[in-house]
Amino acid sequence: MNWSLFFRRSNSAPVARERLQILLAHERSALGRSNLIAVLQEEILAAISRHVSVEPDKVQVKMDRGATVSTLEIEVEIPNLATALAANS
Amino acid sequence: MAKVVVVTSGKGGVGKTTSTAGLGTALAQTGQTVVVVDFDVGLRNLDLVLGAERRVVFDFINVVQGAVKLHQALIRDKRVETLWLLPASQTRDKDALSDEGVARVIAELRTRFDWILCDSPAGIERGATLAMRHADAAVIVTNPEVSSVRDSDRIIGLLDSKTEKAERGERIDKHILITRYDAGRASRGEMLNITDVLEILSLPLLGIIPESEEVLRASNLGTPVVLNNPASPPARAYLEAARRLMGEQLDVKVPSEKRGLFTKLFGRRAA
Repeated sequence: MNWSLFFRRSNSAPVARERLQILLAHERSALGRSNLIAVLQEEILAAISRHVSVEPDKVQVKMDRGATVSTLEIEVEIPNLATALAANS
Repeated sequence: MAKVVVVTSGKGGVGKTTSTAGLGTALAQTGQTVVVVDFDVGLRNLDLVLGAERRVVFDFINVVQGAVKLHQALIRDKRVETLWLLPASQTRDKDALSDEGVARVIAELRTRFDWILCDSPAGIERGATLAMRHADAAVIVTNPEVSSVRDSDRIIGLLDSKTEKAERGERIDKHILITRYDAGRASRGEMLNITDVLEILSLPLLGIIPESEEVLRASNLGTPVVLNNPASPPARAYLEAARRLMGEQLDVKVPSEKRGLFTKLFGRRAA
């Protein structure tokens, strides 16, 4: 029996939560409800990609919305600059 | 002072009508006068859930159009004497409700009742926006499920822009009522839990109605669950939610998986 499959099946709620948070951030901004978190996400990623090329699948975005405080976690994998330069020379 | 509350959700089938009947009956049992108004023109069901389907003669549209007086269309509940129903029309469509007509009827209801509960149709079209138009407060009925939470978020946006209060720059009191909550599935990570839903929607919790066969049994009989089996978990949840709606500060208990093993206290305060 494949136990990893069993465990993956039963923990679908965290996936639902992540999908909703990201979806609603976009829908709220598209529908004109001010959403600082979505704006920040967009501008932070734009700023990073001006200096290094960011691969879309190397970006992890996580949001937590609370009544008083919301947090935005962005994890961007940036290629090691020294390695990149050495490869070019 | 009269309070107009819209019971809404965006998504259909999440329990708006059951919740309107449950909250309305619970409020009326405290001695306050309550009218539940069915805004679901063409698909009325509040009469059926309340067991008053054979007593409907005139309806909301007849009153809005001025064909009959308000008291001719109001149906008094046979079990709770302070509870009244204003049924929707089953044969007309929502365009028969004029903005001015609805405003006039709501204003008249405000002079006669402590609570006016508006049972909204599903969707975000005119029927739903008419039901929320004059509301002072909103109960957003949400199932712990992705499509319901998304639609609730959409409805919250409309409540903040399309209601009279919002247009005057005031805030409408919004409360989340989670229905069909399955504690076992939530604890096993198979269903969004209460914290997830509240964090995503960032609104206070009015109550948690557990998934229960009592709800279907009650609607089969045409008796709101708070009357049919007042000691059952969903009935107690509606009774407590009604007290919170009246402003009482009561901690919300998250239903636990095992029966009898009572619930841990939920830290969040209800509004």
